[in-house]
Amino acid sequence: MATKKFMYLNRRSSFGTVYAIESLEVVLIAAAFEQDVSLAFIDDGVYQIVEGQNTDGIGMKNFSKTFHALGDYDINKLYVSKESLEERGLSESDLMPLVYEDEDDDWAEKTSIKVVTNDELKAIMSEQDVCLSF
Amino acid sequence: MLHTVNKSSFERNSLQSCLNIIDDTSVILFIEDGVINAANNSKSSMIADLAAAGRVFALQGDVEARGISSKLADNIKLVDYAGFVDLVVEHGTAVSWV
Repeated sequence: MATKKFMYLNRRSSFGTVYAIESLEVVLIAAAFEQDVSLAFIDDGVYQIVEGQNTDGIGMKNFSKTFHALGDYDINKLYVSKESLEERGLSESDLMPLVYEDEDDDWAEKTSIKVVTNDELKAIMSEQDVCLSF
Repeated sequence: MLHTVNKSSFERNSLQSCLNIIDDTSVILFIEDGVINAANNSKSSMIADLAAAGRVFALQGDVEARGISSKLADNIKLVDYAGFVDLVVEHGTAVSWV
């Protein structure tokens, strides 16, 4: 099976709608098919990967922890919109430290998160074969 | 009156619609994704005056779920579910800006 470039576009925060957790489910399924997968977080989607989420008070599953597993599925391209972060008073240091181990570099632990401008994201999106929006 | 807002202003205009017609004594409570409006961000000026007057509340569990406890705008008052009930009792008719 030919490898295609898949981008999952995450535009919503985690708990107000079902989009965020559904996206993550589909990403994990896609990982099993060994495709070239990347995730983009724009608009309120950036809240999905904010560090320190605690859902004890709302009785919902804190699936933010699942993002830490993506590195083990060779999903290590998480693009985050710089503009979306800034609008929300957030910066890269407010995000979860999501990492992967680089097999081409003696399994060195590297960050999966790349904060990009909307112009950079535009270029990355144009290289994709499939964009799935959530 | 008690106005509850459960949408982010980056996503919907619920808060703006509420602000357009809120009277001088009513209060706003942010719940669910509405708590994003309680964070210190590029839209905080929308509620700055109301918050300074002590009329803006946010539901604590929703704030904590979104990891923004340390990022709140000035003068936002946090309430738990019991505090939510108190607001309903104190301010009477509730309006949901869904």
